[in-house]
Amino acid sequence: MQVTRYVLYDILKSKVILAYTLFLFLVSFSLFQLEEDGGKAILSLLTIVLLVTPLISMVFSTIHYYNSYEFMELMLSQPLGRTRILLSEYAGAALSLLAAFLLGVGIPILFFAADSTGFALLFTGTALTLIFTSIAFLAAVCSRDKARGIGIALLIWFYFALIYDGLLMMLLFSFSDYPMEKFTLLLSALNPVDLARIFIMLQLDVKCPHGLYWCCLPGFLWQHCWHRVYSRHYANLDIHSPISGSTSL
Amino acid sequence: MRLFFTYLFLLVFASSRAGITPVSGKLQKAIDSAKPGDTLLLKKGVYREGTIRLTKSLTLLGEKGATLDGENKYEILHISGHDIVVSNIQFQYAGYSALDDYAAIKLIDANRVILENNTVLHAYFAIHISNTYNSIVRNNIISGKPKSEQLTGNGIHLWKCQNALIEKNKITGHRDGIYFEFVTESTIRDNTSEKNIRYGLHFMFSHNDKYFSNIFRNNGAGVAVMYSKKVVMHKNLFEENWGASAYGILLKEISDSEIEQNYFIKNTVGIFMEGSSRIKIGNNQFSNNGWAVRVQASCDDNEFYQNNFQGNSFDIATNGRLVLNSFTGNYWDKYEGYDLNRDGIGDVPFHPVSMYAMMVEQNPTTLILMRSFIVSLLDKAEKAMPALTPIDLNDSKPHMKPHKL
Repeated sequence: MQVTRYVLYDILKSKVILAYTLFLFLVSFSLFQLEEDGGKAILSLLTIVLLVTPLISMVFSTIHYYNSYEFMELMLSQPLGRTRILLSEYAGAALSLLAAFLLGVGIPILFFAADSTGFALLFTGTALTLIFTSIAFLAAVCSRDKARGIGIALLIWFYFALIYDGLLMMLLFSFSDYPMEKFTLLLSALNPVDLARIFIMLQLDVKCPHGLYWCCLPGFLWQHCWHRVYSRHYANLDIHSPISGSTSL
Repeated sequence: MRLFFTYLFLLVFASSRAGITPVSGKLQKAIDSAKPGDTLLLKKGVYREGTIRLTKSLTLLGEKGATLDGENKYEILHISGHDIVVSNIQFQYAGYSALDDYAAIKLIDANRVILENNTVLHAYFAIHISNTYNSIVRNNIISGKPKSEQLTGNGIHLWKCQNALIEKNKITGHRDGIYFEFVTESTIRDNTSEKNIRYGLHFMFSHNDKYFSNIFRNNGAGVAVMYSKKVVMHKNLFEENWGASAYGILLKEISDSEIEQNYFIKNTVGIFMEGSSRIKIGNNQFSNNGWAVRVQASCDDNEFYQNNFQGNSFDIATNGRLVLNSFTGNYWDKYEGYDLNRDGIGDVPFHPVSMYAMMVEQNPTTLILMRSFIVSLLDKAEKAMPALTPIDLNDSKPHMKPHKL
């Protein structure tokens, strides 16, 4: 807890988060002002949430990870578990990004669209932030080189935001003679961005409890799965143990 | 005052001449012993008499609470003849038959019949009219308990009729709310048809008919108009017909018709057209539909003018590159052009068919990619360099502001 708080203070000092909050707030506020139809504003906001939230989460978390490398090393010299330190880093980054998102988008939504769709949008934004922060941490632990780490993070973002849907579309057209509905559902559930989009679309169209359930479930699985992946990855790394740390650096 | 008394006197005199006969025992007996022109007043109570046959020119009125019950076995009232009025009676529990179209009220070979202010509950067919001329169905409330499509009949069913007037009825819970087959020169107006399991209104081979100011809401498949000529549809509201094969209006083989001043709101497809020609579609409002209009390439010479397209996922979709229909002077909320000379008309044409709409038409499963980043990229690319969408399908005079309807 203590470490998380230090990480949070550190992040809040850097003002990047503040800028991000302000950006989100201005964009969502002006969207609601420009469109007289609330539903349309929500749709435009959906695009922002689907593209910008993952991107910022990824880039910010990766950079933050590399910047706090030394802090982590210092912490590792203390009697603290490796998992705890990394989890605090994750919690710090995720919490600050989450706070920025909830303030920046949440306040305009509370004012202009405080209905189930608005809250669904907040929910998906929250989930996306958490998911992409954890993926960013995975990208960061994959590589020691900062530039390469950020590159990997950007590539992953690009993959989920654009390439995945392109591949899906290609697949749908090459197998258009076959019944692809269920398979498509499965495939879109493997991409958190698609999942978030479909969740909101279902909210907008009809209130469908089944759809809601099926969308939430893979979302949580995603979150869980990435935690597992990166903590395992992390356990395999050689540099962070207090004993071997100094030699390998 | 004097006029009033004269009127009262006349009324009493006239009715005593025609004879208002109160009925509280067997209705069939009363009908058999009545003379043509008589008026029977059905007293309050539930009458279970199996099928009642009415072939004389009688007026059959009901007191409040007068109920004819079919006990889930019988057709209730069977009418043939002319100059008959049935009013203010509740019909309930008409029987079901797989061989006959049992109905709460059945008219066969009749002329000048008026059915008004009746309530029909839990019937197989509610009102079934065939080979009948100049009849009026007015102000009835019809409500069924829908089972499957096979086990449920139509609300108001007309077969081979002429000059019928169907107005101010409320129909819910049947297979088709109103069904027309071989019905000509007839009018349907001010009805509300909702929550029927198939079509709110179903039209087959019925020429020269008008329907206006009706509400068709939340029916299983919306409204179907098929194989008819010269149908006029004005001022109707088509709302919330939502489902995989639900349409605001399904037009199949329709020609020389008018669809004007209607509202299409929240339907999966506002208008679906197949093999239809020379239809004028103007001054309609299309809001929040999945597809506002789907025009198959088999349609020709249809004119779309001065409609408002707002908040639809797809404005126009088509399945080919051949365009034989015209679009002029509509308002499209997706129009991004400009109006330099400020005459209220956009200076560059609008192409209402998007790349993604073409894609979905070819491969409906791609709907899962709706509003994804790649789809908007593709749409933008297609707009810059049209390759798949029909170039000729455009509105050369798109309006900058919505039309006032």
